[in-house]
Amino acid sequence: MYGASVDDVKHDEKEDAGKMAAFEARIARGEKIEPGDWMPAEYRKQLIRMISQHAHSEIVGMLPEGAWITRAPSLKRKLILLAKVQDEAGHGQYLYHAAETLGISREEMVEMLLTGAAKYSNIFNYPTLNWADIGTIGWLVDGAAIMNQTMLARCSYGPYSRAMVRICMEENFHKKQGQEQVILLSQGTPSQQKMMQDAITRWWWPTLMMFGPHDTDSPNSPLLVRWGIKTRSNDELRQDFVNQMAPDLMALGLELPDPDLRLNEETGNWDFGAINWDEFWRVVKGDGPMNAQRMAARRKAHDDGLWVREALAAYAERQARLN
Amino acid sequence: METRLNAGLAEYLIALGDDELILSHRDSEWCGHAPILEEDIAFANLAVDELGHARLWYELAAELLDEDKERFPDHLAYFRDASEWRNVQLVSLPNGDWAFSVLRRYLFDVLEVERLRGLKQSSYKPLAEAAAKIYNEELYHVRHGRAWLPRLGLGTEESHRRMQTALNDLWPFTPQLFQALPGESELSGVVPTTPGLEAEWRTKVVADLASANLNPPEKSNPMNRPRTQQTEHMMDLLSESQMVARANVEARW
Repeated sequence: MYGASVDDVKHDEKEDAGKMAAFEARIARGEKIEPGDWMPAEYRKQLIRMISQHAHSEIVGMLPEGAWITRAPSLKRKLILLAKVQDEAGHGQYLYHAAETLGISREEMVEMLLTGAAKYSNIFNYPTLNWADIGTIGWLVDGAAIMNQTMLARCSYGPYSRAMVRICMEENFHKKQGQEQVILLSQGTPSQQKMMQDAITRWWWPTLMMFGPHDTDSPNSPLLVRWGIKTRSNDELRQDFVNQMAPDLMALGLELPDPDLRLNEETGNWDFGAINWDEFWRVVKGDGPMNAQRMAARRKAHDDGLWVREALAAYAERQARLN
Repeated sequence: METRLNAGLAEYLIALGDDELILSHRDSEWCGHAPILEEDIAFANLAVDELGHARLWYELAAELLDEDKERFPDHLAYFRDASEWRNVQLVSLPNGDWAFSVLRRYLFDVLEVERLRGLKQSSYKPLAEAAAKIYNEELYHVRHGRAWLPRLGLGTEESHRRMQTALNDLWPFTPQLFQALPGESELSGVVPTTPGLEAEWRTKVVADLASANLNPPEKSNPMNRPRTQQTEHMMDLLSESQMVARANVEARW
């Protein structure tokens, strides 16, 4: 009935307002929200967006590093890199499961990645051009990811928070092996030093872009802060990263491609030059150096694997019939 | 052991290590491209295991030859040309489709388990100890392969066709698996004889395949070459795996 439904809506709105207040109070008390709990539709939507984007980043992120497993210059490095890329796959799996607790399936998420409806970290749209890129990705890219993930480990959604705690532990190992390699190469033979400098020059700015747009251009941020999903802003995290990395890299004799980079004695921060946001948005919109290849590789794996997944489904069905 | 025996056993172990390392290389190529995410993880894990086994065999060889245990394995992996490798041809074949890769692993893993069962009894203690460790991992590898056989063999018409095609393509390369390894003739009591492993392997493999509705081809043209002879694919594989190391000969990594 029309009237009743109007009443229902009112009733729902009233209930929602109450539920919303209770929900926000729980977050303010530092409680975790768990899968069966009431949550605003927008909270669910934002988390699905963030967690699936994070999972996709792990999966696409296997490609640039994976390309160097077969070329790693020692058995020890090959073993470390293989184990690392395997970890990334494991993180992807773990994160897809975390997102599934919000009522979306892995198949739906993968579909969104393959059609371009879902994003993944921009950084993986840059190519890996020499062996030193592997150490650089470990120290800089994983280092930047850890800063973001350490924040997310404290986020209000239980499954995401717990996934981040576990993932951060492994990422810290990834960062350490990267740092070890950058130190080794920067102090190595002239050709090793050259490849190391080349890698740092190419990866420095894209790594800073990993923290996302300026706070003023980040439409989702205020809501995410209020709901305890993000607890620090993009610009704050980026500044922390520069403060940590710039002196360490320069101490190794590496040059950073930013003439404006200098320690500000007053603030204690390392000031840095303007980020090329045109490039950032271009890459986000699909026009980066490797967007097309990355997506082509994912689509090919998906298409080539179709007959395998069909066989698995048919076999499972057959077994169910027999039992 | 006598020097002559040492040299023979080292040769034998290097051949085993070569099998493992080349198979690890091929498996690692699936990383990021597998049909399901769980297999990206599994195949990377298999590749990690095989790489670890290769290192173990090379390190044992280094001890026997009085070489540096740290450097000798890398020397073997990065500074030998294709003609100096002693792996079987089966492991260097390109990955093909998922059916080919899964089946290749399975055929090889069943042999490995049989060989390791013998190596665990070796009179050379370091070898027996290494074999015991590797044996446990290889049991999981066989379990992984055996889980795939019925799923693909009995799954759909297409998956069955692909598996049977892969089997037909791989089968000619299996006789080489049972050739005596380099050095083996001098190593009675230290290692099991490789030709002696064939009967058990065949019984197990034929039974597993049959339960997945797969049959070895009745007629096949055996590619039973000596281990000194490599496929053309080995040159491509090595030019990739050795490119960074060879471009920076003086470097440490």
